[in-house]
Amino acid sequence: MAKTAWPSPDRRKHIGSRLNRLDGPAKATGAAKYAYDMQPDNLAHAKLLQCPHASATVVNVDLSDAEKMPGYLGAIVVKDRKGEYPKISYAGDYVATICCETEEQVMDALTKVKVEYDVAEPLMDDRNPENKSGRAQTKTSTGGNMEAGFAEADELIEGYYGLAVITHCCLESHGQVTEMKGEELHVVPSTQNVSGYAGTIAKDSGVAVSNIKVDCQYMGGGFGSKFVADKWGGIGAQLSKMTGRPVKLMLERDQEIKIAGHRPSAFANVRLGVKKDGTITAYEADAWGSGGQQRFRVPPIPYVFTKIPNWSYTGQGITTNRGLPRAWRGPNHPQAALLTMCAFSDAAARLEMDEVEFFKHNLQFVDPDMADLYAEEIDKCAEMIGWKDKVTKRGANGDGPLKRGLGMSIHTWGGKGHPSGCAVSINPDGSVAAKMGTQDLGTGTRTIISLVIADTLGLDLEDVSLEIGQNAFPASGASGGSSTVGGVSSSSRDASTQALNALLDKVAPELGVTADKLEAWDGKIQEIGNESNSMPWKEACSLLGGMSITKNGSNPTADKTALTTGGVGGCQMADVTVDTETGQVYINEYVSVQDIGLVLDEKTAESQMYGGAIMGITYALFEEGVYDNKTGAMLNPDMEFYRLAGLGDIGEIKTHLMRGPKYEDKGVIGIGEPAVLSPGAAISNAVANAIGVRVPELPLTPDRVLNALGKGGVA
Amino acid sequence: MSTKDQDQSGFNVSRRGFLKGVSAGAVATGLMKGTKDAGDAIVDAASPTIVEAGDVTVNLNINGATRKLTVEPRTTLLEALRNRTELTGCKKVCDRATCGACTVLVDDKPIYSCTMLALEAEDTKITTVEGLGTPDNMSDVQESFVENDALQCGFCTPGFVVATTAFVRDNPGATLDEVREGLGGNLCRCGTYVGITEAAYDLAQKAKGGA
Repeated sequence: MAKTAWPSPDRRKHIGSRLNRLDGPAKATGAAKYAYDMQPDNLAHAKLLQCPHASATVVNVDLSDAEKMPGYLGAIVVKDRKGEYPKISYAGDYVATICCETEEQVMDALTKVKVEYDVAEPLMDDRNPENKSGRAQTKTSTGGNMEAGFAEADELIEGYYGLAVITHCCLESHGQVTEMKGEELHVVPSTQNVSGYAGTIAKDSGVAVSNIKVDCQYMGGGFGSKFVADKWGGIGAQLSKMTGRPVKLMLERDQEIKIAGHRPSAFANVRLGVKKDGTITAYEADAWGSGGQQRFRVPPIPYVFTKIPNWSYTGQGITTNRGLPRAWRGPNHPQAALLTMCAFSDAAARLEMDEVEFFKHNLQFVDPDMADLYAEEIDKCAEMIGWKDKVTKRGANGDGPLKRGLGMSIHTWGGKGHPSGCAVSINPDGSVAAKMGTQDLGTGTRTIISLVIADTLGLDLEDVSLEIGQNAFPASGASGGSSTVGGVSSSSRDASTQALNALLDKVAPELGVTADKLEAWDGKIQEIGNESNSMPWKEACSLLGGMSITKNGSNPTADKTALTTGGVGGCQMADVTVDTETGQVYINEYVSVQDIGLVLDEKTAESQMYGGAIMGITYALFEEGVYDNKTGAMLNPDMEFYRLAGLGDIGEIKTHLMRGPKYEDKGVIGIGEPAVLSPGAAISNAVANAIGVRVPELPLTPDRVLNALGKGGVA
Repeated sequence: MSTKDQDQSGFNVSRRGFLKGVSAGAVATGLMKGTKDAGDAIVDAASPTIVEAGDVTVNLNINGATRKLTVEPRTTLLEALRNRTELTGCKKVCDRATCGACTVLVDDKPIYSCTMLALEAEDTKITTVEGLGTPDNMSDVQESFVENDALQCGFCTPGFVVATTAFVRDNPGATLDEVREGLGGNLCRCGTYVGITEAAYDLAQKAKGGA
């Protein structure tokens, strides 16, 4: 019997190696078709009409002129559950959707819709904790004895830190193509949740879940914002019913940025008590922020250092007229990292203690199981960036206008695999087919599943034929929280192991040994320890006669073998130069060191590390949703002024994955989130080290840097 | 809307008729540059004729084949490719010349197809990412993108591949800094810049060696 457990290192042909992603050629040649690219026959186009006001009640929607426009096919006017016009609580929310023959015609027809609003004044200012509204909530939590903690301290460090609202800005906007085929609704969505999508569109579309067929082969970025069909999914389906046509409804760029999800802001006044030797005695935070119209969740503070003996926080939500928050890659952890690690850095600077030494000294306050890991990672990270040779005391960076500085942060994440199902068939002709209702967001999921099955069956990657992206296949979880790789690798290992064992039962009599003495390796079924007693794969499969073997595997696995766990640590360090005359921050070097358990494909894992660092550099330096507090309008819903980092903005990035049995024995753990959690704090700390003063809020834009320098620092 | 050069239905305006009808200076300038019979575009400023909508026919040379497409005068090259042909490799992302996801080659020069009218592209040679290679027969640039894992979700990738194709051709032996500068007109959200930089740099060195 082949075991479900991960194979030993000498039986890993693909696992842990550097493979090219399987869908690379399709993506590099334009052959990959996304929802936005779908062109079914007779396609009609639909777009949303946005409300320009952030707080308003719709009084009337008049479609009479729009209906006369060329190519007009139909419209849906948004109504609430009572059948009344809705209240609008953020600018960009939509009041109607028009469907026409062509995109150009929709644009024209939208201009002819007459909407009357009753406009109210919005509440937008999330930086002022005095702004309370009826729905604001406050949460407090504490441990230990704060008074004693601060009494014990030699120094009291007080700081203000914060992060502005940012958005997901997926390059492929949200949306879908819908088509009715008899009773069935066929949807090609841009989604992170192939298996669960139907359940989120059923009610709004009026189609039973079992009659909804979902197909998403490629999707252009989600980052936590594409788990559900959204109202525009149901609207698309309704328009397909109304017109009898396939309907494409994708958000325009400004809509994508305004209404398709954002990361809540977070701000805090933090007080830290420390002894002269660097030991933290107390952490206290008064935090606030806004999740728009939804509940504000207090970031998990103090972050990582959860065993600080005396701690307390108050978290207050401010309800504002912004679009709805959605999970943004590592929800709440980048905020928690900033509100914790920046205070630590400021404490180290006050004590004139090296930041690395300060963090290591306080590892006594992290999860005891993780302390050694963090120490190892901090050392590795420091070595890679050359910390000892480069670092200077805060603000002691020479007399010129260009100041160089270093900073660091550490982080944690779960990343255990989600529930997942997989079907693997071994056919009499030797072919292998696998099916799974998962999705590849560009993380390498296709490649991971294929390589696990190939290694389990002793085959090459191209011997495995894999289909994903349809809800007709065995259900697999949504891709969120770095849970995909653990889930899909476990279910595919389970399914292929079960299928292999059924095959070994057929082969055993032929080779004259019991099945438990056989293994699949190098295209053969062979006796363990006696490779000459073997049978080529195809010949072995021919013993199946006319019947294929099909086995369903799952996570958790059928025999409860744990192939995935959660709980990782990582350390990141930044080397920056700040131009104190312009306020511009430049990244010289960025180093990311991470534990992710058993690495399946090193190449795509590294890409996630690079991607996390780059997305982190982007929110540290550039990204911010800018809103007009008077009107509630977002002022930068485009890609000129909602800035993403470009090729020249990221410096040199180095990554390191912790490898070896100590880490690999943890099983497979996801990496999407951990890679993106520390950059805000690490870069902010590096800037503080460079210019001698804290720039309290992200993004570290030139105006903020110059303002901070104006209040102190070393220009 | 004037009907001077238009038939009663408002459709089927001839290209010549459209050109005469254009009054927007910026568009006319573009047309003069881009078309052989630019003289037709001279506009009588005293009595401008404005064609706002309606279908026109345009012949576009795309990936070596001439395609006769029905577009509107305002239809961008990007929209013409994506909505009127099967060539959806070029992506609509920012739709205003910021992100480069719509990059195609027009007469071998990389351009943002979201800010060029389909009509302007007549009498040019258009190459899309599909014209550079196929999954079974990739160009050197496409192969290098795959090898360096210069792609994640893949939505920015076609634009980067096209831009890199032109960059490497024009800048053999480019330095890393030149790569970062030269490909700065394209944006990625997943964070694939490290692989893209390596791919473009490797290709530029090979291009120099081969020259």
